[in-house]
Amino acid sequence: MSVKVLAPGLATTVQDLGRPGYYHVGIPLSGAMDRYALRAANLLVGNDEGAAGLEAVFMGPELEFTEAAIVAVTGADLAPKVDGVVQPAWTAFAVQPGQVLSFDYLKGGARAYIAIAGGVDVPVVLGSRSTYALGALGGFEGRPLKAGDVLPVGASGGAGAGRSVPEPLRRRPGNPAELRVLPGLYWHRLTETAQAGFFADTWKVAPEADRIGYRFRGGQPLSFVPREQPFGAGSDPSNIVDAGYPYGSVQVPGGTEPIVLHRDAVSGGGYFMLGTIISADMDLIGQLQPNTPTRFVEVDMAQALAARAERQAMLVELREALSLA
Amino acid sequence: MQTRYSFGGDEHVFVELDEGMSLEAFFKSLSITGAVREAQIKGVTEICPANASFQIKFDPDLIHPDDMLRELQSLEVAAEKSEHGLQTRIIEVPVLYRDPWTTETLMRFRERHQDPSGTDIEYAARINDFATVDDFIEAHSGAPWFVSMVGFVAGLPFLYQMVDRPRQLEVPKYLRPRTDTPKLTIGHGGCFSCIYSVRGAGGYQMFGITPMPIYDPRQEISYLREFMALFNPGDIVKWQPIDRAAYDQIEADVAAGRFEPKMRQIDFSLDEFNRDIDGYNRKLLEALR
Repeated sequence: MSVKVLAPGLATTVQDLGRPGYYHVGIPLSGAMDRYALRAANLLVGNDEGAAGLEAVFMGPELEFTEAAIVAVTGADLAPKVDGVVQPAWTAFAVQPGQVLSFDYLKGGARAYIAIAGGVDVPVVLGSRSTYALGALGGFEGRPLKAGDVLPVGASGGAGAGRSVPEPLRRRPGNPAELRVLPGLYWHRLTETAQAGFFADTWKVAPEADRIGYRFRGGQPLSFVPREQPFGAGSDPSNIVDAGYPYGSVQVPGGTEPIVLHRDAVSGGGYFMLGTIISADMDLIGQLQPNTPTRFVEVDMAQALAARAERQAMLVELREALSLA
Repeated sequence: MQTRYSFGGDEHVFVELDEGMSLEAFFKSLSITGAVREAQIKGVTEICPANASFQIKFDPDLIHPDDMLRELQSLEVAAEKSEHGLQTRIIEVPVLYRDPWTTETLMRFRERHQDPSGTDIEYAARINDFATVDDFIEAHSGAPWFVSMVGFVAGLPFLYQMVDRPRQLEVPKYLRPRTDTPKLTIGHGGCFSCIYSVRGAGGYQMFGITPMPIYDPRQEISYLREFMALFNPGDIVKWQPIDRAAYDQIEADVAAGRFEPKMRQIDFSLDEFNRDIDGYNRKLLEALR
């Protein structure tokens, strides 16, 4: 079974849950930016949660199916259509041989996840099918899809159409968005005024927002505690001796525009980081459109772990709601 | 040196061994991360040494962040007592300095440079007080370099020069980063050199290029079949200046699957190195003869 790409969308990539274990040689986690949405799409079509699907950003692809298939689309509000007929989102639907899956325009969120029963069967590279485009690694020939590509699809487990994710389990970002931050890393480099201002200001998602990182602008520039720069750090007060950048860390080059690193993160560099977005909120970032007003909210470790437990509980509910039993 | 621990969200511990870069801080980072790997702490998914710090990624569902922190602190104590020894590799990297490709690129981005009238290597030679570019190349390629971090993008090594601080070459980064850098460019920014593993944006000064691939996601190059990235933190590099004929020959050998990097296993001792830097480096480089 295969799927032919008639039109690729804006930057559609093959993603699964990611490629951990190689960050020390600069190979990032990769995988779906909204992993919850990918899990949901996979469960709807009877796949393993970690099967590879397609991540479409802002605009959907056009895909022609050679054989009958069960498909589900989750995440962003990007309505799927089969031969022009709109299909319900967060719901498994059938596609017949020769039919074309396309998408309406984006009405909310940023990234839609397309799961096909059987999963996209590109080769596994370093334990994952995810695309890391900067390193030309994984996915379909290491790059976003192009018109004419033919995607191999694995054997379906035999799930049928019709199952749907209950409304309360469809996670969408708020507006303004709130991203919870555990201050740390080089937080002490900021003055108290800058620390307070970072959380008080409303920022906006900048147009430079992709799988590597999300940039924000619109808040007051951050000021630094004066110091003599350490050897090897570079002369700008926002510079540090190049260090590893955690997934989710918030760096602010020059103190002006915060950047949250995401699944295809650059793994290290010479800019200070003021803290890290908690794991419970990372999926949401991938659903933020440029210009979305965003507040950063300070939390401590106990709150971060409580939020993580809430997210786990939601996932357990999702699995129960979609179990084949 | 003052060790500083911090959480990077609920999934990382970040440990800074020192604010400033030094071989001592780097060695401590290597030593503790090595111990973490051996300890096989449950829940740990990434162990990343980097210059004067390191980070550990873990699953807080399997180990509480406070317990993770305590594990690392106890490994730090053990690392302090250990000897400053390292079993590692020394790898020769052939370099065509002043090559046509980085020269063409640096000319395209001249308005982003501190000195639009010259080339990057002329500028670097001048501000580091060398009379000629040849003298600068001799200093850059004379002593070995430590791979102190691999990253930014896949397989890109950062290298720290193994000389005393007054002799370390230092250059600022471009005023504004370039949008293009040829693959396999030898760059330098601050006190670090690097090899760009892929083509792309960059802010380091460009000195030359190597014909020896260091990253191959398709794993077709003979010596990258086992793993796609050549370098690991802790490797030692010797730049070997070559001319255009040698460059073309190596490139052809790589394409034909005949090229093997010159690479030897060695034992490195930081204490012996510190006692006699130049003498110890000479001994290290003999391994490549």
